[in-house]
Amino acid sequence: MKILIPTPLRPYAAKSDSVELSAETVGQALSQLTSAHPDLRRHLFTDEGKLRSFVNVYLNDEDIRFLSKENTPVLDTDTISIIPSIAGGCCCCPCL
Amino acid sequence: MLKISQSDLDALRKHGEDTYPHECCGVLMGRFDGDDRVVESAVRCGNTRDDSPQDRYHIAPGELVRIQREGRAQGLDIVGFYHSHPDHPAQWSQTDFAEAHWIGCSYVITSVEGGKATVTNAFLLAGDGEENKRFEDEKISVNQAAPVSPAS
Repeated sequence: MKILIPTPLRPYAAKSDSVELSAETVGQALSQLTSAHPDLRRHLFTDEGKLRSFVNVYLNDEDIRFLSKENTPVLDTDTISIIPSIAGGCCCCPCL
Repeated sequence: MLKISQSDLDALRKHGEDTYPHECCGVLMGRFDGDDRVVESAVRCGNTRDDSPQDRYHIAPGELVRIQREGRAQGLDIVGFYHSHPDHPAQWSQTDFAEAHWIGCSYVITSVEGGKATVTNAFLLAGDGEENKRFEDEKISVNQAAPVSPAS
């Protein structure tokens, strides 16, 4: 299976945009990813080991939050996408 | 530096006019070239913040997954994002900063005043992580030539 690495995290994954590995669950896949690239861990997980709130993880086209989260089973043909959130907006006090 | 064609720049500015008085949002697809981000296409996205679209935007991560997949098939990468500020300056806000997480990418903001796009500015999200991220003013270099289709 493949994990797609977003731009902000590539410096911590040997500049790779994707990583191939073998795992049975999403959690195992992310664990293997951070074992191979330890610097990724702090960018993906809190000190308590939870995914950071702005980090979205998709198994193919499904958000794992609506599947079985880290226990979601994966197949060798699956793709995991790590997608930091995109949001924002103007406010009454623009910053310079 | 952000390098973009006139047509793509016009397209993202028009998006802001089309959605006025609500914020528009979209993805900039292209490639990284040294310290530059070269835009090959500007992809419109939906704004899921229908609770406050006049001053907030959010792109569904599922839409980004699809855009990223289609981009990879064309050899393109996500190099940045754009959104509009209806009747507000083309400057990043505290909200923009707090919600910015794509370090290494450009954030393009267009002010749309009274329904007309005025100023467009670009900001590079720099830093090593959430703890020291910062927006840096980024120069926009506009290529007047028409963009080349990836298939040609």
